[in-house]
Amino acid sequence: MPFGNTHNNFKLNYKVEEEYPDLSKHNNHMAKVLTKELYGKLRDKQTPNGFTLDDVIQTGVDNPGHPFIMTVGCVAGDEESYEVFKDLLDPIISDRHNGYKATDKHKTDLNFENLKGGDDLDPAYVLSSRVRTGRSIKGFTLPPHSSRGERRGIEKLSVEALTSLDGEFKGKYYPLKSMTDAEQEQLINDHFLFDKPVSPLLTCAGMARDWPDGRGIWHNDSKTFLVWVNEEDHLRVISMQQGGNMREVFRRFCVGLQKIEEIFKKHNHGFMWNEHLGYILTCPSNLGTGLRGGVHVKLPKLSTHPKFDEILTRLRLQKRGTGGVDTASVGGVFDISNADRLGSSEVAQVQLVVDGVKLMVEMEKKLEKGEAIDSMIPAQK
Amino acid sequence: MLHYVILNLYLCSAEYPDLRKHNNCMASHLTPAIYAKLCDKATPNGYTLDQAIQTGVDNPGHPFIKTVGMVAGDEESYEVFADLLNPVIKERHNGYDPCTMKHPTDLDSSKIHSGNFDPNYVLSSRVRTGRSIRGLSLPPACTRAERREVERVVVEALAGLKDDLAGRYFSLTQMTDEEQQQLIDDHFLFDKPVSPLLTCAGMARDWPDARGIWHNNDKTFLIWINEEDHTRVISMEKGGNMKRVFERFCKGLKEVERLIQERGWEFMWSEKLGYILTCPSNLGTGLRAGVHVKLPRLSKDPRLNTILNNLRLQKRGTGGVDTAAVGGVFDISNLDRLGLSEVQLVQTVVDGVNYLIECEKRLEKGQDIKVPPPLKYFK
Repeated sequence: MPFGNTHNNFKLNYKVEEEYPDLSKHNNHMAKVLTKELYGKLRDKQTPNGFTLDDVIQTGVDNPGHPFIMTVGCVAGDEESYEVFKDLLDPIISDRHNGYKATDKHKTDLNFENLKGGDDLDPAYVLSSRVRTGRSIKGFTLPPHSSRGERRGIEKLSVEALTSLDGEFKGKYYPLKSMTDAEQEQLINDHFLFDKPVSPLLTCAGMARDWPDGRGIWHNDSKTFLVWVNEEDHLRVISMQQGGNMREVFRRFCVGLQKIEEIFKKHNHGFMWNEHLGYILTCPSNLGTGLRGGVHVKLPKLSTHPKFDEILTRLRLQKRGTGGVDTASVGGVFDISNADRLGSSEVAQVQLVVDGVKLMVEMEKKLEKGEAIDSMIPAQK
Repeated sequence: MLHYVILNLYLCSAEYPDLRKHNNCMASHLTPAIYAKLCDKATPNGYTLDQAIQTGVDNPGHPFIKTVGMVAGDEESYEVFADLLNPVIKERHNGYDPCTMKHPTDLDSSKIHSGNFDPNYVLSSRVRTGRSIRGLSLPPACTRAERREVERVVVEALAGLKDDLAGRYFSLTQMTDEEQQQLIDDHFLFDKPVSPLLTCAGMARDWPDARGIWHNNDKTFLIWINEEDHTRVISMEKGGNMKRVFERFCKGLKEVERLIQERGWEFMWSEKLGYILTCPSNLGTGLRAGVHVKLPRLSKDPRLNTILNNLRLQKRGTGGVDTAAVGGVFDISNLDRLGLSEVQLVQTVVDGVNYLIECEKRLEKGQDIKVPPPLKYFK
C-alpha cells in the first residue's frame, strides 16, 4: 500500500547523536564507513519505496561482526537504494570489491563460448561443478523490504517464466507452503531444499518475514538447473552436475539465464542491471556478476601445504568446506570458487576457476609423487 | 463509497496474510474486511497494522499453546487498531470488553491477608509487572533515541530510591566481566531475546544499546530496562512472605512513579486497559504473582489441573514459562491479568496457594482432597 514514511520523519525530531548507533564494538564494512556526520547527512533520505538509512544498516547494527570475517553489514531494499544511499554504499562497495570506484564500469559476459577449456578437469579429483548467481526483477522491491503482495507477484512471474521452459530446461515448481511430504523428502535428498534463514545476518534484515509465503524451488527434470524463489534474493539460479565438466555447467547456466530473462522482459519486468554495478542484488557483496562458480575438489596434500592460502589468493580463489560458507573441509575435499564478483565478467571469473583448479590438481599430483611445487606457484592474477 | 470499499478490498487482498495453518489470537480474529479497513492506517508515530501482526504471521503458533500473535508499537496502537485488538483482548482475557468495561487498579498491599506461607512448602515468592513510559514508543517500534530516553528517564528516577530500595544500575553495554558474572549468579541477568515471538516483532533491534538491569542493594527489587517492555519490575524473596514481597512491590512502583512524575513523565495507563504494555496479554495489571512450592504428592494427583484451573492459577516449571517441574516443585501463579486489580490477583494467589498446601498436607496424612468450585471471574 503506498504509504508515507512517517516513522522515519518522526525520528528527525531527535538529534543526530541521539539516533546514531553505537558502533564502537563493531567490525563490519558498514561500521567502518558510517560516521556520525554521514549518518546525519543521509538519515532524512528514503527511496521512492520508503526504504530508509536505518533499514539499510539494521543488520549491521544488530550483528557487530566476527573478528576474522568482515561482513558487509548493510543491505539494499530496492534498486534505488544504491543511488539514494550511494555516499554510504560506494565506499563499502569499494572496500569489499578491491577498490572498485564510483566511476568504474562493470562488464557482463554471459557468452559461454568465450570460456576456454573447462571440460577436462580430472574427475578423479574434481567431484562436482557448480555455478550460481542471483537475479532481481525490475519493478519490485528486494527481500528486506518487499511486502507479501510483491513477493507473491515475484513468485507468480517467476513461475510463469520457468514453467514455460522446455527441452533440457523443462521442469517443475515446488512452492514451499504447499509441497507434499514426499516432495519435501525428495528435495532434501537431492540437497535442493532451502530452509527458513536462521542466520541473524539475514533475519535482522527482515528477509525471513512471512515465511514460507511466496517462496519455492524450481528445478529441471534432470536436476541440473535449479532456481530458488524469494530466499535471500528474488531468484537464485544454480547450474550443477557431478564431475569436472565446468564448461557444460557454465553453458547451461548462460543459456538458461538468457531464456529466463527473455520471458521476464516480455512482461516488462527485466532483470535489475546497470553498467556501473552490473546485476543488482540484495547484498552489496553480490553485485556485478553475483556469480560464484566452484568445484568440490580433493586436495589433501595441497591443502596442508604452507603456501595453500597464498596460492588461492594469487589465483583469486577462495576455499570453503563442502557444507558451503562457514563450514570446514572434510577429508581434504574443498569447495574452491572465485573470490571476485564485481569488476570482471562472468566468463573471466569462471575462467579463473577453471584455470586455477586445473593448476591446483597438477600441484596435487606433483605432491603425491613427492615433488616440489614451488616453480608452479603463479604470480598474482 | 461502495466502489471504494470494493477497490480497497481487492488491493488489500493481494497483501492479506495466509493464516490457514495459523493458531494464534490474531489469526482467529483478523478478517479480510478488518485488514482492508486498517491496512493503510498508522499511529501518529507511523506504526502500521502489518508491523503489529508480523510476529503472528511469522509464528503460526503451537498446537497446544495459543499465542497472542500481535503486539503494540505504541500507546496509540490500541486505539488505531482497536478493531483487531479488541476481539484479541476479549479472547485472551476471558471476555473482557474494552468498549464497555473499566479495569480496576489497586496497589494497596495492606489489604492482603494470610499472605505468609508455610516455609516448609513455599521456597520463594515473587511478583512482577511491567510499566511503559507515556510518550515514547514501545520496544517493537522504538527508535534508538527513544530507547535511550526510556533508559535515561528510568535510571534517573531509580537513582532517587532510598533505604531498602536504594540500589544501582548495570548497563548491558558497559558492565564489567565481574558484574556480569555476579548478575548471572544472582539469576538477574537477562539475555538478548532468542524467541522468534519477540525477534520477529523487532524487539531485539540494536541490542544491547540502552538495555540494563537495576537492583536494590538487598537484591529483593529488580528492574529490567528495555527488554520486552520499557520496564519489567520484579519484587522477590526466598521463603513464603508474599505479603512483604507485595508490599515492597507496591511501595517501589509508587516511588518510581512519583520520581518520574517530578520530572514531567508518567506511566501509560487508561481506564479501559489499565497499564499499557507491548503484548496484549500483559494489559491491565501486567501482574504475575507466584511462588516456587513443593507439592510432590499433589503433583501426582490427576485432579491437579482442574484444581488449579478452578483457583484461576497456572503451573510452570521452576525455569519459568515452557519448562517442566523438577522434584515436585512448581511455579504457581495467577492466570489472569486484566479486569481484576493487583490486590485481587495477589489475594487469589495467596488463597490458592494456601489451599494447595492444605491439599498436600491432607495427602501426607492419607486423607482425601476436594476439588474447589470454580472462582467467579469479573462478571
